Amino acid sequence: MTSLFEYAPAPESRSIVSIAPSYGLFIDGEFVDGTGESFKTVNPATEEVLSEVSAASEADVDRAVRAARKAFEKTWGPMRPADRGKYLFRIARLLQERAREFAVLESLDNGKPIRESRDVDVPLAAAHFFYYAGWADKLDHVGLGTRPRPLGVAGQVIPWNFPLLMLAWKVAPALAAGNTVVLKPAETTPLSALLFAEVCRQADLPAGVVNIVTGAGDTGRAVVEHGDVDKVAFTGSTEVGRSIARAVAGTAKKLTLELGGKAANIVFDDAPIDQAVEGIVQGIFFNQGHVCCAGSRLLVQESIHDEVIASLQRRIGTLRVGDPLDKNTDIGAINSAEQLARIRELSDIGEAEGANRWQPACELPDRGFWFPPTVFTDVSPAHRIARDEVFGPVLSVLTFRTPDEAVAKANNTTYGLSAGIWSEKGSRILQIANQLRAGVVWANTFNKFDPTSPFGGYKQSGYGREGGRHGLAAYLKGADQ
Amino acid sequence: MIGNDRLAVRKTYKLYVNGAFPRSESGRTYEVTDTKGHFHGNVAWASRKDARDAVVAARGAFAKWSGATAYNRGQVLYRVAEVMEGRHVQFCEEVASAEGLSTSKARAAVDAAIDRWVWYAGWTDKLAAVLGGSNPVAGPYFDFSTPEPTGVVAVLAPQQSSLLGLVSVLAPVLATGNTAVVVTSKERPIPAVTLAEVLATSDVPGGVVNLLTGDAEELGPWLAEHADVDGIDLTGAPAGRAMEFEREAAGTIKRVVRPPATEPDWTADPGLTRMTPFLETKTVWHPMGV
Repeated sequence: MTSLFEYAPAPESRSIVSIAPSYGLFIDGEFVDGTGESFKTVNPATEEVLSEVSAASEADVDRAVRAARKAFEKTWGPMRPADRGKYLFRIARLLQERAREFAVLESLDNGKPIRESRDVDVPLAAAHFFYYAGWADKLDHVGLGTRPRPLGVAGQVIPWNFPLLMLAWKVAPALAAGNTVVLKPAETTPLSALLFAEVCRQADLPAGVVNIVTGAGDTGRAVVEHGDVDKVAFTGSTEVGRSIARAVAGTAKKLTLELGGKAANIVFDDAPIDQAVEGIVQGIFFNQGHVCCAGSRLLVQESIHDEVIASLQRRIGTLRVGDPLDKNTDIGAINSAEQLARIRELSDIGEAEGANRWQPACELPDRGFWFPPTVFTDVSPAHRIARDEVFGPVLSVLTFRTPDEAVAKANNTTYGLSAGIWSEKGSRILQIANQLRAGVVWANTFNKFDPTSPFGGYKQSGYGREGGRHGLAAYLKGADQ
Repeated sequence: MIGNDRLAVRKTYKLYVNGAFPRSESGRTYEVTDTKGHFHGNVAWASRKDARDAVVAARGAFAKWSGATAYNRGQVLYRVAEVMEGRHVQFCEEVASAEGLSTSKARAAVDAAIDRWVWYAGWTDKLAAVLGGSNPVAGPYFDFSTPEPTGVVAVLAPQQSSLLGLVSVLAPVLATGNTAVVVTSKERPIPAVTLAEVLATSDVPGGVVNLLTGDAEELGPWLAEHADVDGIDLTGAPAGRAMEFEREAAGTIKRVVRPPATEPDWTADPGLTRMTPFLETKTVWHPMGV
């Protein structure tokens, strides 16, 4: 599609970040070499190797857990709660001070547009620390009775789609509640977590309170299965979530899981169409669709189907796919070759099963991992693209005639993370929201997050909540527990 | 007055599924004795198929029970306490016989069981205020969180405490709006059968509670892996099997309550600990202005 306006490139400078040629692990307040085989992290937009990162072996993870245990017993646990809060406030401020650096680094390592890392990921990460900092000396008011206790050492495994933000969602409530952490960032996006380690040092956070062990699945397994970990928190695929739930079975470890989704985004015939189209775009193409709560199933009322699809296609035609560091970019790079292969495979299956694929004419860069924004129409609820999480910029469109049918179709999934409702009628919004089996329901908006607002799934999207007072319950035990 | 020479009419002890009292489809029964070894009856021995039927019934009842007003659910649970009170003597005899308790200890257990229903009846319309609330997000939204029931919950009831323990694990599942499939104490099932008769006459809709007399060791794996069961309470799981059941439950990301090392003191105040595991939190972002 020819665009009305030509945009001159407006690249954000990457000179603000300095990436070391290699990184070690962050254990007990020090950067140390890992004893596992190191791995390369690449810029998915160019396939350029950014750095070589240590992989933590079982022995390294054990050292990290011992450091966390020691810090829990000697420094962080006994510390005045108000002081714990002050450390978290410091971290929040440091994240704000170094926000641009984090944003550029995140876009380089992850492939997401700088507009999103700058305006969403990093500010929200700082906001999470600021929010939970305030809780540290108010735990008697969480709702678990007076003097709730921390669990101890938390083992946390996070995904590659929002590397720094997921770190914040995990680390901030854990520390506020008085726990210490061993965090494993995703294999393809370790750099912002390692920069966060530097922030911990600038904040003079006591050694061992935060430990960062980079690596792949084996490292994650070592964290989850370590005998001296009291709490496991995981965000990622439902498949890995199942294996983690199996691994902690029979132990005393407390577990929270934030897993996959296949959210319905329901557009009623009384919706503000232009606003809904923006919301559909935001719902599925935000972060290249690498979002567990992405609005990947569009349920549109039959009477407005053609109008919505025409408008949606026109809008998608104006999206700019390309250099993540260009401030004009709407859709960045797919995070890895592996993920790109999965998106291609499921899209091909969608076509083979009889759905209609539509993609705008858009030029993709020669190097790197790219997938154009894609819309499938004539999708039936039985199609794989209507059931499986694609985790990419691929929208499946289904229709409905009545509100009851919309609810039935929306709930027809093993997942239950999020949903969207578009309608001008407030009473309808509340009625439909009440009937949806999903943990987060957005009305006339989508993919909004806030540290005060609990987030998490029903059914096989996991259990436990992150955000708000509820997010603390995952890291505390009441006097009666 | 009934003379001493009257021959008693004995009861056939059956399952309680979908509001009815069927025998086990398997045709199986097993012998139940009191703690002194005296024959008490042949009790229906629920099979895997019975468990599956019970899940279907519980799923069918979920929409209505979870959709009922909290006030209505509270009244129904209070009604259970009222009807139990009328059967106080019967419960005391059965608990004393099943658990080998003195009359006064059996009476204390029955009293506590009835009072527990009253306690949970009072919770139904307070949970949303205590566990939910509005969230002050940085944007033009009325953002609020409410607790909602998880769905169908399988309960392996305690093996020792035949009535108070049973009520202590069942009532919180119902108070939160879930529906239940319960496997009763294997060796002490008689008070559970009587409780089923109470539930059947207490305005609890059919299918909301399904009570299976039988063996948790046999039925546990099927309920743990069943794809239409959303949560499982392993309190009464046989020693050494709970870990395996929890692993099975992981296949469908079930909410799991792990068994305590030994049966707890059921008279203790349970707090929220038996309700929150089977509650989800739903957060709604409602627009303001635009």
